[in-house]
Amino acid sequence: MQRFAKLLDQLILTLSRNSKIRLLTDYFKTVPDPERGWAVAAITRDLEIKSFKPGMLRQMAEQHLDPVLYGLSYDFVGDMAETVSLIWPTTHGTNYLPTLSDVVETLDQATRAETPQIVEGWLNALDPTGRWALIKLITGGLRIGVAARTVKIALAAYGEKPVQEIEELWHGLEAPYTELFAWLDHKAEKPINAARAPFRPVMLAHPVEEKDKERIDPSHHMVEWKWDGIRVQAVREQGVARLYSRTGDDISGAFADVVESLEIDASFDGELLVYDPDKPPFAVRSFGDLQQRLNRKTVSKKMRQTHPAFIRVYDLLWLEGEDLRSLPFSTRRKRLEKLFEAHDFARMDLSPLVDFDDWESLAQKRAAPPLDAIEGVMIKKSDAVYVPGRPKGEWWKWKREPFIIDAVMLYAQRGHGKRSSFYSDYTFGCWRDVDGKRELVPVGKAYSGFTDEELKKLDKFVRNNTLNRFGPVREVRHEPDHGVVLEIAFEGLNKSTRHKSGVAMRFPRINRLRWDKPPSEADELATLEAML
Amino acid sequence: MKFSELLHPTPAGLYCPVGDFYIDPVRAVARAVITHGHADHARAGHGAVLATPETMAIMAARYGENFTNHRQPLALGEKVKINNVDVSFAPAGHVLGSAQAVVDHQGLTMVCSGDYKRRPDPTCQLFEPVPCHVFITEATFGLPVFRHPDDRAQMRDLLASVKRNPDRSHLVGAYALGKAQRIIALLRAEGYQEPIYIHGAMQKLCDLYESFDINLGELRPATLKDGEGTPQDFAGKVIVCPPSAMQDKWARRFPDPVICFASGWMRIRQRAKQRGVELPLILSDHADWDELTTTLEEVDAEEIWVTHGREEALVRWAELNGRKAKALSLVGYEDEAE
Repeated sequence: MQRFAKLLDQLILTLSRNSKIRLLTDYFKTVPDPERGWAVAAITRDLEIKSFKPGMLRQMAEQHLDPVLYGLSYDFVGDMAETVSLIWPTTHGTNYLPTLSDVVETLDQATRAETPQIVEGWLNALDPTGRWALIKLITGGLRIGVAARTVKIALAAYGEKPVQEIEELWHGLEAPYTELFAWLDHKAEKPINAARAPFRPVMLAHPVEEKDKERIDPSHHMVEWKWDGIRVQAVREQGVARLYSRTGDDISGAFADVVESLEIDASFDGELLVYDPDKPPFAVRSFGDLQQRLNRKTVSKKMRQTHPAFIRVYDLLWLEGEDLRSLPFSTRRKRLEKLFEAHDFARMDLSPLVDFDDWESLAQKRAAPPLDAIEGVMIKKSDAVYVPGRPKGEWWKWKREPFIIDAVMLYAQRGHGKRSSFYSDYTFGCWRDVDGKRELVPVGKAYSGFTDEELKKLDKFVRNNTLNRFGPVREVRHEPDHGVVLEIAFEGLNKSTRHKSGVAMRFPRINRLRWDKPPSEADELATLEAML
Repeated sequence: MKFSELLHPTPAGLYCPVGDFYIDPVRAVARAVITHGHADHARAGHGAVLATPETMAIMAARYGENFTNHRQPLALGEKVKINNVDVSFAPAGHVLGSAQAVVDHQGLTMVCSGDYKRRPDPTCQLFEPVPCHVFITEATFGLPVFRHPDDRAQMRDLLASVKRNPDRSHLVGAYALGKAQRIIALLRAEGYQEPIYIHGAMQKLCDLYESFDINLGELRPATLKDGEGTPQDFAGKVIVCPPSAMQDKWARRFPDPVICFASGWMRIRQRAKQRGVELPLILSDHADWDELTTTLEEVDAEEIWVTHGREEALVRWAELNGRKAKALSLVGYEDEAE
């Protein structure tokens, strides 16, 4: 437990993903089974531990400490696990330290009545960091800023395997993952994913650059619209149906309406979108509407009615026991079309093909797509087999040009890690009229898109033009004739009730610095509103 | 004599009407008794200052020789009379020269402890509890969540990280007076003999510590001379700087530094995270919860006055333990800088 606690403690304070991966691989190297496997499960949230109510812990803490002192401490610290771990009195003489495996296995066997006493014994034995990790673990909220994906990458790095192989196995494995580690340690064969409806690692596309165009022959390629949703894989096998994200996370819970509608044994690759229930199927709605359904474990009945989801399918990976991935794309496409002729799927339709005669006509289609939910085109080689990862020269994405506006820098905040001495995160605004007065209203925040040299110049501007300081944030001068104009590129715009301006940008970044332009010439909020 | 006739809080700080002096006043007064050299306790511009010779030297180093019209140095353990009131200094263990002001008049003893800690510190004299009628205490870390771990273990963590990351520099943020020198001395005590690099703002105070025979080993300025050396020269080195410098342009000269911060606040994980600290060092010059409560028991005063920090919790503890205590709610003392 102490080693696991130390790992969590280090992970929480580590900013860079590479350093997190290094900490994890070091842990896998030095910690034996089953301890390391339980740690993987705990971090990837695959660990089902008997719930232990936070209220029980507070009661236990208050048995050792005055409730007023506990309350003052909690108010100051702001985190229950941390408060209890710090105020818990140190008991001398208890020297048996539980391992993570002890904790998981013991709690699995213990009755609800026994649990508090067992936990109390562990809290007595552990140090504050150990207690903190134990409480986080048993109250089910590690929140240490490590994505499941990062753990899979670390496992792959540890075993020197492609991460897709880990993703492919993932849903067939069970904690504490001893089979997986045996394979990664070269002590056993690769485990066979016996689980039904497994995830198949996805194939990704490269962005088209000018130099690529001559290599891409229209007669050997097929084109589809690029939909502005999220990439998913929908699988059904012998009664088991699942929906996976592109990295293999199971998101069935949030999209039960879609999962329930899978009526044949197959594995589809497509784009998850939401549609307007009051219009004929499937009138695609904005990404903002889809976002309301994302990152939820379950979705209310009302949400399912007002924001119904469906999949616009563009590939077929597996059908009734047959793996189609080694077939050329054109063949898979034909099989897919046939399937859609034979079935009327309640929550799926087929992503249509787009004619590709030459680059010029395709450029026109890309510039003026028939629907807002289209963010460009996908160009796929007709004979491409389906390979996980991002193989060169097989699939291409050609996104439409980003939206561009000129905005004025209003606030700047210091960055993290290597950028902690630079003001690198900028809030910018556009003009609007309020009672006849022109004022700047914040419309977004950007922290990328500039070179190191430009960052130095921006940082210098911030330091020399600070109006106010609010902790790590500085307000910078933004007068009609004095300030910085940032040319902002962004992918789309959503209505937002949370932002003062009423709009929220998708993926805003700095396209260019307009030192030449006075702030008075930056764009109006009305320009943005017109894009909605 | 009522306690408040000997000392009572005023907007300028604790005032002794009989002796006509203030203790650690937050604004300029005619006569000040200063417990230690931190800026929120020791301010420039008083008519006369009574302080230990070390504190006097610190004030002169920070504010210039003319920080007061009249200096009256008083060594730890010695006593003077100010307008019929006996004033003496007992060690407070906080930083070099830090003292508790012991005020005696007509058989009534009141101790203003200033800031203090109880654990041994190679750079200052150990705190001595003085039995008294009224004990005036700080409460910077006056919550039971604050139990500072062993200093030496914290230093060993730092040295282990230095060893593990030979390609990175370790930037240790530490308060320029006291904390910085204590860290250097503790690292030396752990056997670290490499040169330690210091921020320019610390040079004067480190020299001052050396002049009081506190050996800090080889210190070098953390600067790159024009045309000589490269940032890579700082790889594997320990650099000590004021906390504010860690996020300043100054810090850019170091290769991929491990940001360390030495403070009692580092006990709270979110505080470390918010400041972007990679290696928190829980090291404080203030008493933790156990030190505070032990001290209150040892001095066994009839009344406890709490000056600044988490007063409410310490007063609550006193109440639970049958002791009389009140919060003075003095303003002007900062604890965030610790």
